[in-house]
Amino acid sequence: MTIKETQDELISDFSLMENWMDKYEYIIQLGKELPLIDEKYKTPDNIIKGCQSQVWLHTELTDGKLVFTADSDAVITKGLISLMVSVLSNHTPREINEADLYFIEAIGLTSHLSPTRSNGLLSMVKQMKMYAFAYQAKSQSQQNGKEL
Amino acid sequence: MQHVPDITVPALDVEKIRRDFPLLREKIYGTPLVYLDNAATTQKPQVVLDALEQYYTQYNSNVHRGVHHLSQKATDAYENSRKTIASYLNARKPEEIIFTKGTTDGINLIAYSYGKSVIKPGDIVLVSAMEHHSNIVPWQIMCEDRGAELQVIPMNERGELLMDEFSALLNDRVKMIAVTYVSNSLGTVNPVHEIIAQAHARNIPVLLDAAQAVQHMPVDVQELDVDFLVFSGHKIYGPTGIGVLYGKEEWLDKLPPYQGGGDMIKTVTFAKTTYNVLPYKFEAGTPDISGAIALGTAIEYIQQVGLENIQQWEEQLMEYATQKLQEIEGLRFIGQAKKKSGAISFLVGNIHPYDLGELLDKQGIAIRTGHHCAEPVMDFCGIPGTVRASFAMYTTMEDIDKLVAGIKKAAAMLS
Repeated sequence: MTIKETQDELISDFSLMENWMDKYEYIIQLGKELPLIDEKYKTPDNIIKGCQSQVWLHTELTDGKLVFTADSDAVITKGLISLMVSVLSNHTPREINEADLYFIEAIGLTSHLSPTRSNGLLSMVKQMKMYAFAYQAKSQSQQNGKEL
Repeated sequence: MQHVPDITVPALDVEKIRRDFPLLREKIYGTPLVYLDNAATTQKPQVVLDALEQYYTQYNSNVHRGVHHLSQKATDAYENSRKTIASYLNARKPEEIIFTKGTTDGINLIAYSYGKSVIKPGDIVLVSAMEHHSNIVPWQIMCEDRGAELQVIPMNERGELLMDEFSALLNDRVKMIAVTYVSNSLGTVNPVHEIIAQAHARNIPVLLDAAQAVQHMPVDVQELDVDFLVFSGHKIYGPTGIGVLYGKEEWLDKLPPYQGGGDMIKTVTFAKTTYNVLPYKFEAGTPDISGAIALGTAIEYIQQVGLENIQQWEEQLMEYATQKLQEIEGLRFIGQAKKKSGAISFLVGNIHPYDLGELLDKQGIAIRTGHHCAEPVMDFCGIPGTVRASFAMYTTMEDIDKLVAGIKKAAAMLS
């Protein structure tokens, strides 16, 4: 599925839920499906700054695609990371970099999360895009190297 | 009210009181608001809102300046509020009441003026292990500036000050003791009478942070014999941006002004300015006139309901909440002092306080999560923060039932 398709599917899933308790139930459930970060990567370097709860994020490039693993000490946060991972993981750095993440607004996350949580979510997105940007820059410089 | 433990009859007509607070009628996410974040700020009764509006619609004018009718009316209302507050605290004179922006502002004022005139290098300021950041940082800044030292009265795991260690910390270098009357993060009521008695035996003045005390219990500055006492208007049903500093006249006379400007001067020349008398010496610039007046109204409202009735009702609420909360599986209280007031802090199992707070919010229940501006307390307990429910005169037993049900629902979702 493309990033756009996953987003559209999430928007449609969320629209079926009537109240925010149901939506949280779903977010928490997603948290349980989050591909967990290997304990050895739970280092201070991998902590996302700007989150009130602890969040660790690790990135690996496999067959040209970025794979994210993560964890958090807060369950709802874990669910939110899982949302982001389900949308962005297993795509090329370029796709991730260029992705317009309209689903966050569309499912009402920015307006319904507490401000600290919503800032944390934005920090998370920023961090994921930064990794993608770094990998993209790296692969481009390698390609340029080959051409020379 | 059949839930009330023992045989207690509700100490006040809470339903009647609730009708005076328009915001309590609000719905949050479609459910009636359960407001249990009163230690952060209380809601305002209609009379306080009316006082604010009346000032601006009927007699908005600057105080202490004009000869005209409106200015006189505004000055009278402003000074009457000072009298109301003086009598609420049982101060000797209204001149001992200084209007500030709030608790933080009052502590900064004393830290600055007292520090500048009294504190010498090597002196010590004592604070307690359970202070709000506002009663730590101003002293830290002043101590750094004056080459003095900040020392801490330790507490035990229940959240009670270790009084033996307090006594042992007292010596001739200690020049100020600044402690909280009631802890905002743990609810502990500190033995302030004993602290003041021991301090005065060594001629050390005491500042009490009464931000979490004056709305819950009678506070008599003469009976306490406290030197300085501060609180915020917005935590005692008044507006934000206004607060009170009480200081003994002999102290306030001695201390230099905090800020310079209008109202605080007697005469100004480029060569030398002489300062106004108390309380104006410490009220530079046009004050928060409407806020001061409405704070007086808030205190009159409390007096009408009866502070003793409020205190009794809130004790019933604390007892009921403690009993109901401890029935929740895995719940542990943070702060189990023998004497507590106003607030209960807790954690449930290993649920992150932010997760719990967020799911309570979505059920229309407003509580506070986090470190409550008391990071040293959280470090001491080895936790990232707590969930805190705090009460006011309009809190009901039903609010507490909804909190308990809300926690159970959230805990089931999160585990």
